[in-house]
Amino acid sequence: MAEMKAAQILQKYDGPPVRIMEVCGTHTHEIFRQGIRRILPAKITLISGPGCPVCVTPAGFIDETVSLALEHGCTICTFGDLVRVPGTSMSLADARGQGAKVRVVYAPADAAEYAAGHPEEQVVFLSVGFETTTPASCIAVEKAAALDNFSLLTAGKTMPAAYDAMRHSTDLFLYPGHVHAITGTGICEKLAEEGVSGVCAGFTASELLTALAVAVTRFEKGEPFFVNCYPRVVKREGSPAARRLVERIMEPCDSEWRGIGVLPMSGMKLRDKYARYDARRKFSLPPMHGRSNPACRCGEVLQGKCLPRDCSLFGKVCTPEHPVGACMVSGEGACSAFYLYG
Amino acid sequence: MKEEYVTLAHGAGGKKTAQLIETVFRAAFENPYFTADDAAVLRVPQGELAMTTDSFIVSPAFFPGGNIGKLSICGTVNDLACMGAEPLYMTCGFIIEEGFPLEKLKKVAEAMSQTAREAGVLLVAGDTKVVGKGQADGVFINTTGIGRIMDGIRTSGALARPGDVIIVTGDVGRHGCTILLEREDFGIEADIKSDCAPLWKAVRSVLLEVPDVHVIRDATRGGVGTVLYEIAGQSGVGCELNSEAVPVDPAVRGVCGMLGLEPLYLACEGTMVMIAPGDKADRILDILHGSPHTQGARAIGKITKEEAGRVVMRTRIGALTLLPPPGGELLPRIC
Repeated sequence: MAEMKAAQILQKYDGPPVRIMEVCGTHTHEIFRQGIRRILPAKITLISGPGCPVCVTPAGFIDETVSLALEHGCTICTFGDLVRVPGTSMSLADARGQGAKVRVVYAPADAAEYAAGHPEEQVVFLSVGFETTTPASCIAVEKAAALDNFSLLTAGKTMPAAYDAMRHSTDLFLYPGHVHAITGTGICEKLAEEGVSGVCAGFTASELLTALAVAVTRFEKGEPFFVNCYPRVVKREGSPAARRLVERIMEPCDSEWRGIGVLPMSGMKLRDKYARYDARRKFSLPPMHGRSNPACRCGEVLQGKCLPRDCSLFGKVCTPEHPVGACMVSGEGACSAFYLYG
Repeated sequence: MKEEYVTLAHGAGGKKTAQLIETVFRAAFENPYFTADDAAVLRVPQGELAMTTDSFIVSPAFFPGGNIGKLSICGTVNDLACMGAEPLYMTCGFIIEEGFPLEKLKKVAEAMSQTAREAGVLLVAGDTKVVGKGQADGVFINTTGIGRIMDGIRTSGALARPGDVIIVTGDVGRHGCTILLEREDFGIEADIKSDCAPLWKAVRSVLLEVPDVHVIRDATRGGVGTVLYEIAGQSGVGCELNSEAVPVDPAVRGVCGMLGLEPLYLACEGTMVMIAPGDKADRILDILHGSPHTQGARAIGKITKEEAGRVVMRTRIGALTLLPPPGGELLPRIC
């Protein structure tokens, strides 16, 4: 089995100490589920980066959703994980207890379909996620062309700014395969030229172990590198069709990452032409800056500056049942993974 | 023909109520013990009795692989079977929402009758109440069952011992996955049927040949994972699973992959956990494989002295990881 060979390479690794940041929440989750951390030697450290869309969603965004639901009476359609993320004073789950209409959907298009079937309701879809999920939100906007009761509250993010912000926190990146299936690998190659190494990885045990084995083997040689270890899905050019779709409907903007701050041009918003699908403009929402628990160290966890157990709230005040920080909410969050898998 | 509905008059105790009982329930449940009086009169068997009750509120009431009627018999029969008890008598109480189609109610009663016959249990008494529109969701059913415990059998969640084998009697998570797909608008189409089935006959065949089974648990709400955590706690032992050995229907695995769910935490309605001395594993599996509802039975792990109170998994790369303990509501993952 390929994965056993890769596992052996990792276990025998005796090169210089190496920090590897997995940028994707699904990677974090799968690494724990497969027990990969348990077989790594002390010289290899894995850092869980800012690639869980729920974890980087700021409190202010949750405040906006609560306002839309309770003050404007909108029906909120969202991916399930967001429901429990704490805002400044409450989460969407709390708002639901106060009468807010919150529907969990699996795809943005389902939200548009719901709006079509419920013309008496104002339906707002919470458009969060990275390059992988943004095209689906754009498809929903196109699908809803004839509707005047459907809009998006956008908080979509793009990865390049995050790579830039994190480049000094790690020795190399384990790039998220699904993001680069859309963007292509140009950005990774460019970073390698600038001295930032990385490998692009898939999501099965075998794909993750192979990518990690390739990464440490190349790292030991000392030259910056990029290797696409997920060629089955990730092509050099990515998906031009998906990028054209997003380009037509959305444009880059500055965006706040929970715990990290505002990263310039790291977000996506609707173009002026699509303003009528923009919930912020449609309902004239005032700017909301939100405030999270000051003791929460999610931001540092996301940047690999501390481990979840270094946070004074971890496992005591902050648990999956009662999350304080967003990293504890999603099954993909680093704190949740550390808590659940012990 | 005009469609007929249950009305508040059906619950008022008069002619309409009698008519409902005659045409729907008596027609389906007829047996010598089924009472027209205030209480059923039963013969007391020798030995020890087991008794259990359960309420069923599944939404939707009809789903691929069964309906609330079939479920209400399986749930109670299987709870008795877990104690090594042959199901003898059952009662059923219906709470019906005004406006529920009579035709559907007949289908529910027919499913109950058919499943009860298969399990060899007699429905001896029942009750019907009708509530106003919106005061219940379609139909709710409560069933209570009495069974006779087989001589020499003693099963309990506190009896698991290091070295025991952990067996599941079929693939895991199918009922929970079926309901999830029916209930939520995920727009995912998958060919998945609930595993809902009465398991007494399979359990009986095992216990006749292997009376020293230590634990039998019905993996309903919370699934196999929750049941194993309960047993680990009650017996003060650890459960070590082989992740590759856990049987999961490929469609269920696919759906769980998309929604970020763990099949071990999805409900089963026709799959049990059996824990027995390790040297009996092959014999038990042979017997289960000969019974219609348990042909997918597999040994999935063992009971250990180490890791007391916890459930750990040996993953395909040989690493030992914790199965995250049960908690919170089931939420789909984003990406």
